[in-house]
This record gives sequence, structure tokens and C-alpha cells, in this order.
Amino acid sequence: MKRDREVKGDGEVGEGALARRDARGFAMPRPGTGPAGAAAAADGMGRAHGGQAAGPDRQPGAGPDRTPGARADDGDRERLPADALVDLDREGKALQISGVLERLDAEFVGLSPVKERVREIAALLLVDRLRARYALSSSRPSLHMCFTGSPGTGKTTMAMHLGELLHELGYLRKGQLVTATRDDLVGQYVGHTAPKTKEVLKRAMGGVLLIDEAYYLYRPDNERDYGQEAIEILLQFMEAHRDDLVVILAGYKERMDVFFCSNPGMASRIGHHIDFPDFGICDLMEIAERMLSREEYRLSPQAAVAFREYVALRMRQPRFAGARSIRNAIDRLRLRQAGRLVAAGGQVGRADLVEITEADVRGSRVFGDGSPPARPAALDGSLGQIA
Amino acid sequence: MRITQGTFSYLPDLTANEIMGQIQYAIDRGWAVAVEFTDDPHPRNVLWEMWGLPMFEISDASAAMHEVTACVQAWPDHYVRVSAYDASLGRQTTALSFIVSRPVPEPGFRLDRQEAGDRRIRYSLHPYAADRPSGERYGHPNGRRG
Repeated sequence: MKRDREVKGDGEVGEGALARRDARGFAMPRPGTGPAGAAAAADGMGRAHGGQAAGPDRQPGAGPDRTPGARADDGDRERLPADALVDLDREGKALQISGVLERLDAEFVGLSPVKERVREIAALLLVDRLRARYALSSSRPSLHMCFTGSPGTGKTTMAMHLGELLHELGYLRKGQLVTATRDDLVGQYVGHTAPKTKEVLKRAMGGVLLIDEAYYLYRPDNERDYGQEAIEILLQFMEAHRDDLVVILAGYKERMDVFFCSNPGMASRIGHHIDFPDFGICDLMEIAERMLSREEYRLSPQAAVAFREYVALRMRQPRFAGARSIRNAIDRLRLRQAGRLVAAGGQVGRADLVEITEADVRGSRVFGDGSPPARPAALDGSLGQIA
Repeated sequence: MRITQGTFSYLPDLTANEIMGQIQYAIDRGWAVAVEFTDDPHPRNVLWEMWGLPMFEISDASAAMHEVTACVQAWPDHYVRVSAYDASLGRQTTALSFIVSRPVPEPGFRLDRQEAGDRRIRYSLHPYAADRPSGERYGHPNGRRG
């Protein structure tokens, strides 16, 4: 009883934040703002014992209630005087920004506008950290995004990597990716939508929520559709929990534009509209090479020439889906290679299993439609037996 | 009288950060986090009202914290606790449970002695708060405050 009163007395949130139940309820920790953010995210238990509270938390209610651990943690990155200078390169290294960006460059071919935007975001997070050390205000930037682009331009893959990147940069606590489509968000009867949407949002907290083909949420032709309700909850969460999750809407450009026209609130709450450019033939060839080397295949020099022709032809055909078409083409190359090897029989070595020959490429239907540039009859025959 | 039920109940009340940390610990262990509330503080009252469903698939504590905040705001004059259920085979029980919010005046308990046959005495605990009907046990006597 006595201790109880003491705790209440000395102004700790101990009793304060919870028992008083003011409008805010709790002072939420904000991971990215403080230098302790990344460390705290890495070790939730440590935080629980006051080991690494979320750094210089600037929220009004949370001022005086620092746990001793948080103060100790600030000690190593204390406030800088106004005339101090900081080495930007060293700070960047501490955040491992360059490593993160290098990996992005290594893993994605082309997509320069997207990479540029990620680079800017990384720089902003770094600068925000430094500003915090000079006691300048550094509000967390809103990172909700909209990815538009043709099929197979890497929207989903990028969203997946972005979660990891933002986690490493200390913006997100977990960085997991939760993918949702209309089915996961919109309910089937009255009162079903809100819990369903909230469930998905809660799963995504601390990470990235990717809503693929977001325009399906809104169906203008049916005014009793529950999609609108899902959008409203989504908007509310995006605003209230800006610190906890990043929402990424992905879809095709034209339909996304229509969607935003009918939901202006959505458009304005998303700060980053990133358009994924279509891949050129050089990009596609490089993607193909990477895919092949990842699966430990190799194109023979003639096959590489043939594959380039294949890609050029395929790009002009309908339903060309960028990198996805390339992946499918490679799968078919592997099929034809396996068919050729089995049909030939006899002894094979490692090199035979790895190499994809010109014949494997030329066997594609894409060449059959137009005038086949060079198609040895003998090979045709052998393929005919298999296919 | 401050009631002491569950983990950490002899410590000063946890801060929001500390609650988050504990919830994150439970999530990292794969336990399902649930929020419960009651206004009957009797120690044998183990089944409290559930605030929504247990959260099985969350990976970050802020999601559970969102529900805790909502529950505390909806039931300001109740006890609110967070419990974590360990579903792994061999345990299948509540692994962690702690109070995160409590009403401000906690009147405590009265010890009732009942004299039974052969001068035996039976004891029972009676929460003073339970004298009033459920829902009006804490806070202002004239009903809900604004």
C-alpha cells in the first residue's frame, strides 16, 4: 500500500499512463526515432526490462518517464551542441545504408526510379537520426507507397525486399511482408469486413502490408459493396499507425489512377507514387542470365544469341509479362533441355546438364509463328519426337 | 488494497514500453496474446471477459498494444490483463498473464468468518467492490463517468 503510493507520487508512468487513461491511453514507443531503435527492435525482451527503451521519445506524455536504461543508452549518443559536426559517412556506415543499397542494386536489374526513391528514403532516415541528435524535430516520414507498372516489372518482389530494407534501416520493427488481396480484406456480410480488415492489418503491424491489385477493393458498380468499408478502415489505420506499418498498394497504372480518382483520401495519404518502368531487352537478358545462373544453368553462346531473338519476338506478342514471361521461358528451356538429353540417351556429363543449347531455345513456339531465322531440320526432327 | 494477480503484480505498474516488451517476448515465443477484462477481482475468478479474439498471427507487439489501448479506453474502471497462451504440445496452458490496467480506488476484500458445526470456522473473501452490481463496481457511485 505504501509503496503503491510512492510509485504514484513520483510522476512515473507506472501508474500514470495506464491508470489515468487519458485520451491517448498509452505513450507508444517509436522505433525509428531514437538511436536505440534498431537495437530495441532486435531484442524485444531487452526493451521490456527498460534496457533499451525507444530512444529520445519526443512525445509529450512520455517526457519524464524514461527508465534508467533508456538514459544509459542515450549516454553513448548524447545530444550534440549546436556547433558540433558529424561525419555523415561514418554515420551511414553505422546504419549500414550502403550495404542495403548495394544489395538492392545487386538484386534488381533496371528499375532506376525505384532505386532512386529507396536511396532517398534511406538518406532521409539517416538525416532524421542526425537531426534528432541536434535536438531538431524529426517526425517520422510516412512511407505508404503505391507501386504501379505493367505486369512482371518487379512490384511484388520489390515490396518484399522493401520490408527487409526498412527493417535494417530501423524504420520498421519486424519487416515482415503480409500480402493481402480483396478476399482477405472485404467481408461477405454486414459487420464482417471490419474485423477481417483489422485482423490483416494487425498481422502486418511492424512490417509491410502489400495490397495487390488494390483497385478491386472498390467496385463503383455496386454501391452496397463492402469494399468501401475496408478502404475506410485502411485509411484510418494508415493514419493512426503510421509508425507501425507501411502500406503498399500495387497494381496496373491505369486502373490505379481510376481507383485514386474515386478515393481521393487514399491518394493523398500515400506519399510515394512509384511507377515501375517496363524492362528493355537488355534488362530482360540480364534478368534471364541471373535466373539461369541462380539455377545453375548456362546458355551456350549461340543459345544466348537465339534467346535474345526470342525475347525480342516475345516482347511484341500479346500477354507479355516482363520478368515473369522470362521466368516461364526459362522453365520451358529446362523442359526442352531435359527432353533432348533423355531422348538422346547415352552418357552425359556435368557440362551437358548445365548447358542449354541453341536447339533448346529455337524449339519455342514463338519462333514458329514468324519466319524461323535458322532452324536445322535435323534438330526439328529430334524435338518432334519429344514434344 | 492493490490486488496482486498474475506476473509482475508486486512490481510497480508496467509502462507502455514495458508492456510492449513483454508482449513482444510472448509473440517471439509463439504464444497467442489475448486481452481480457473484468470488474470482479476475486482471486478465484479466473475466467475474465475476452476483448476480441486471441491474436494468433501477429508478429509485432504494436498490434496487441492497439487492442490493449482500445480495451482500457472502453473499460476504464475495470481490470485489464494481457494473457499469453502457449499452445505447444505438453504445455497447452496460459504461459504469461499480467494486469495492465486497474481501477483507481481498489477497496479490497473483507474476510468473512462463518461459524459452522462443531465450532469450526469457514473463511471466505468478499470483495467490497462486488457489493455493487456488475458494471458499476468501480469509479463514481452514480454510474459511469464521462
